[in-house]
Amino acid sequence: MPKVKVDGVELEVPAGATVLQACEMAGKEIPRFCYHERLSIAGNCRMCLVEVKPGPPKPQASCALPAAEGQDIRTDSEMVKKAREGVMEFLLINHPLDCPICDQGGECDLQDQSVAYGRGASRYDENKRAVTEKYMGPIVKTVMTRCIQCTRCVRFAEEVAGVPEIGAIGRGENMQITTYLEHAAQSELSGNVVDLCPVGALTAKPYAFEARPWELKKTHAIDVMDALGTNIRLDSRGRQVLRAVPRINDDVNEEWASDKTRHNVDGLVRKRLDKPYVRKDGKLAPATWAEAFAAVAAVQHGGSVAAIAGDLLDCETMFAGKALVEKLGGTMLEGRQTGLSYDVSSLSSVVFNTPLADLETADVILLVGTNLRWEAPLVNTRLRKAIKKGAKVFAVGPEFDLTYNVEWLGNDASLLAKLPDAVVEAFGKAVRPAMIVGGGVLAKDGAHGDTLALVDTLGLVKDGWNGYNVLHFAAARMGGLMLGYATQGGIKAVAAAAPKLLLSLGADEVDYAAFSNSFKVYVGHHGDKGAHAADVILPGASYAEKAGTYVNLEGRVQFGEKAVFAPGDAREDWSILRALSEALGARLPFDSFDALRVEMVKAVPALGVEGLADYGWSLPKLPTGATGELASPIKDFYLTNAICRASPTMQQCSAELVHGESFAEAAE
Amino acid sequence: MADETAPPPPPPFVGPLSDKDRIFTNVHGYQDWGIDAAMKRGDWDNTKKLMEIGQDAIIDIIKASNLRGRGGAGFPTGMKWSFMPKESKDGRPSFLVINADESEPGSCKDREIVRHDPHKLIEGALIAGFAMRARAAYIYIRGEFIYEAKVLFAAVEQAYEKGFIGKNACGSGYDFDVFVHRGAGAYICGEETAQIESIEGKKGQPRLKPPFPAGAGLYGCPTTVNNVESIAVSPTILRRGAAWFNRFGRENNRGTKLFQISGHVNKPCVVEESMSIPFRELIDRHCGGIRGGWDNLMAVIPGGSSVPLVPAREIMDAPMDFDGLKALGSGLGTAAVIVMDKSTDIVRAISRLSYFYKHESCGQCTPCREGTGWMWRVMERLRTGDADLSEIDMLHQVTKQVEGHTICALGDAAAWPIQGLIKHFRPEIERRINENKGSAPVMEAAE
Repeated sequence: MPKVKVDGVELEVPAGATVLQACEMAGKEIPRFCYHERLSIAGNCRMCLVEVKPGPPKPQASCALPAAEGQDIRTDSEMVKKAREGVMEFLLINHPLDCPICDQGGECDLQDQSVAYGRGASRYDENKRAVTEKYMGPIVKTVMTRCIQCTRCVRFAEEVAGVPEIGAIGRGENMQITTYLEHAAQSELSGNVVDLCPVGALTAKPYAFEARPWELKKTHAIDVMDALGTNIRLDSRGRQVLRAVPRINDDVNEEWASDKTRHNVDGLVRKRLDKPYVRKDGKLAPATWAEAFAAVAAVQHGGSVAAIAGDLLDCETMFAGKALVEKLGGTMLEGRQTGLSYDVSSLSSVVFNTPLADLETADVILLVGTNLRWEAPLVNTRLRKAIKKGAKVFAVGPEFDLTYNVEWLGNDASLLAKLPDAVVEAFGKAVRPAMIVGGGVLAKDGAHGDTLALVDTLGLVKDGWNGYNVLHFAAARMGGLMLGYATQGGIKAVAAAAPKLLLSLGADEVDYAAFSNSFKVYVGHHGDKGAHAADVILPGASYAEKAGTYVNLEGRVQFGEKAVFAPGDAREDWSILRALSEALGARLPFDSFDALRVEMVKAVPALGVEGLADYGWSLPKLPTGATGELASPIKDFYLTNAICRASPTMQQCSAELVHGESFAEAAE
Repeated sequence: MADETAPPPPPPFVGPLSDKDRIFTNVHGYQDWGIDAAMKRGDWDNTKKLMEIGQDAIIDIIKASNLRGRGGAGFPTGMKWSFMPKESKDGRPSFLVINADESEPGSCKDREIVRHDPHKLIEGALIAGFAMRARAAYIYIRGEFIYEAKVLFAAVEQAYEKGFIGKNACGSGYDFDVFVHRGAGAYICGEETAQIESIEGKKGQPRLKPPFPAGAGLYGCPTTVNNVESIAVSPTILRRGAAWFNRFGRENNRGTKLFQISGHVNKPCVVEESMSIPFRELIDRHCGGIRGGWDNLMAVIPGGSSVPLVPAREIMDAPMDFDGLKALGSGLGTAAVIVMDKSTDIVRAISRLSYFYKHESCGQCTPCREGTGWMWRVMERLRTGDADLSEIDMLHQVTKQVEGHTICALGDAAAWPIQGLIKHFRPEIERRINENKGSAPVMEAAE
């Protein structure tokens, strides 16, 4: 623990800290452009110069200099002030004065820091540099004249996203940042470079010229595009969410978000259900709420009622749906829309047991039937960190480019019963072994049991460490399982029971042909598969339009808030179900959202506590002996749910990045 | 031990160097560069015996010889070698990188060594590599040196064939490889860490220090980067002893040195001379004097384009060594002496250097990337006088904003020539500005 002096104040800093961190600990603000906590140190912007004694008689880049015992650091000296002014002047001489038409305006590091540390006037009389635009795909818009060559984007692409496709070419003042062949960056995390860019060189293409940051209302929410539960901030103006950006949560998403998380929001205003519909003569026709409720009330269900929950639901909606089904005398609840029917007698056998932050410390990892890059991109970045520390990765299942070296053992589920000796040996030596079981395994008879059998064989559970992880990719999954949305035999069993009344809560991935004899009531927000099959549509709210509790794949309970109101006549889901219960003569016992929450927490106490839910640790005895190929459950990363299917941005990403269509524009 | 009655030490030997004391006996290429001719000149003469001196002892001899790095910075070579780990604790090998990326305007000594005396370099690589426990040497040769690279590849091949390098080099039991790596023509790759990046196949950009190459250099392994001349002189120093080397030059500036004199002298040349030789003697003896006589001398850039120029009256009798030129506000650099007589357009000359640095800045860090272009543009306007008088001071401030604020020394190198110009030739710049404004220099009396 070296002791240093910052502007005369003595303090102790942790070993390994940099001078910049020491200054921050002392409460001093150090301007910077290239330095970023989660990226490697480049030291090239030279904005963080401070005076350090002992040392050479010139200012030092504090971001790269280790804090050492006895250093006398000055951040307020004349030398430092001069150095900052000088660097600021250099950064500005070739930076265009187009702030009024720049999307970064108002949240631009260069603007802020030039106000704080700059000289005020320019002495540069020469012509400014202009740089040609670069094509970086459907997510990232470039105005490279604004680039200050901090290389954050280069380092992000290489280190975090694992796609070394962005780089610098040329030298001196002709140095340019580009995707080498002007291809779209083949990454599902490319949107993060927009946040990283300290100037307006890289901005969000779908958000171009939409709004100024000071016009936006900022709401803390939880993302539902995958099961990770990315902490996001929804920026809205009026009744429209204009963008989603990640919030920092080191336990979950660090400070990243996938492109799907960021850019599904333009789907929130398209293909929306904004009024109730009732099917008349085989055709859906607009109706009033009263007519819609009356149509449902007319169904003679006799207690034969079932509910299917969709992938994007909050726990409150699912709880209200469950309460309604039970009140009507039904029992069947299911959330695994695509027909999975894995055993849920112990939730610990179907959850991601290793906390995500701990996954970075795993040393030997076995992936089974999963394409992490698509099922949970931000779990993949954690694995990349583990690999950087030296972890070894084996995988069973179809091969994907996971951005790091994987030893593919083959795509045959029977491998699980007879893993190669090298794998068993590696796990034998491992201190923190981990296995990640993907959706492909849960879909395969016996494969789930095979992976559970490996818990002992590979020694996945140790003191203070549980390396058995099931990877879900539906945001509602763990919450649904906690609320009992799982029927023995899965959705097939529900269909076999042929419920008279089927409550579809935003379930858009179900094969409704199996329910042709049921009266289908769809409560949801998008005109997608569920709405097409429905007999009555009750327009609900998307994740941005309602507060809610979400449980992520690790069993982490998180709360999101409501950013905007649902469009038209649409209402929050819980209130629809409450009103419907009244119409069906089975009044639910809550009149407000808070009262609903109280009821829900009474039923499942873990949902009332933010943080990891405790599922204990017990393993069911399941059939084993799976054979044959494992398949990835996601066919197209960008089109996995109703919201992104309605989003033009996601459509374009899919066409370009998954199906390889070219959208490169002509140079302007 | 000297007793009190001992006479005062004799004045240092500052030249002229006699032929028997020359290290580079084929620097002008009058003989063949091949291995047989080189062995006749004494290279590879029982190199095994030199290695038997022992690794630490070799470093001690080099330290005792007071050899300072010949690449420009003048860091003591023996001390640099001693920074290398004595044994590998984690299995990482050590490497020697030899910097033959000679691109400094004015410098042309490494080129002569490589094309006419390559075996001195390769033998030096073995000795130096052995002393610092390196597994291999990488010779990074400038991309434009096509013939030189051919010679070097062939020379390395010859040394392998004779068994002088490779497995059991010179029968010493030490395995040592030499690789030649061609650059692609970037000045910045002469900076040691940029060179390491370039060898690794990346864009040549200097690394942040620390970590220093001796801790984590090429491929993350301990690495020493040395200039060609520093390496090439080391076998001779071992053969003839540190005391011999110490006989030349002033205290702290010992040894012999290849001087490269270009510009307005009657016979430009590359010549090995004693350190600290007075400028006047260097020019008169080897270059046939200044073109048009000593009165016609205007200024000299004594160490390659990166050091500030020195006006005639200051340099004429100055000793050509590290400390002597430092005292004049300049530096010895690579001893690339650029002589300019009074016919020179001095502003244009410095402007051309500014263009060079603008062109060669790697673009990594802000002050150099943006500052070199700015400085060059202002210099171009000062050249024609299309500027304001206040811009001279502004330019000086800009050079100060670049100097000392960059990752590597290229920023300093770009700033110093301009600072030297403004310091010594300000009246000339002002004259041009005033003339351009259509008026004679303002010399009115106050009314």
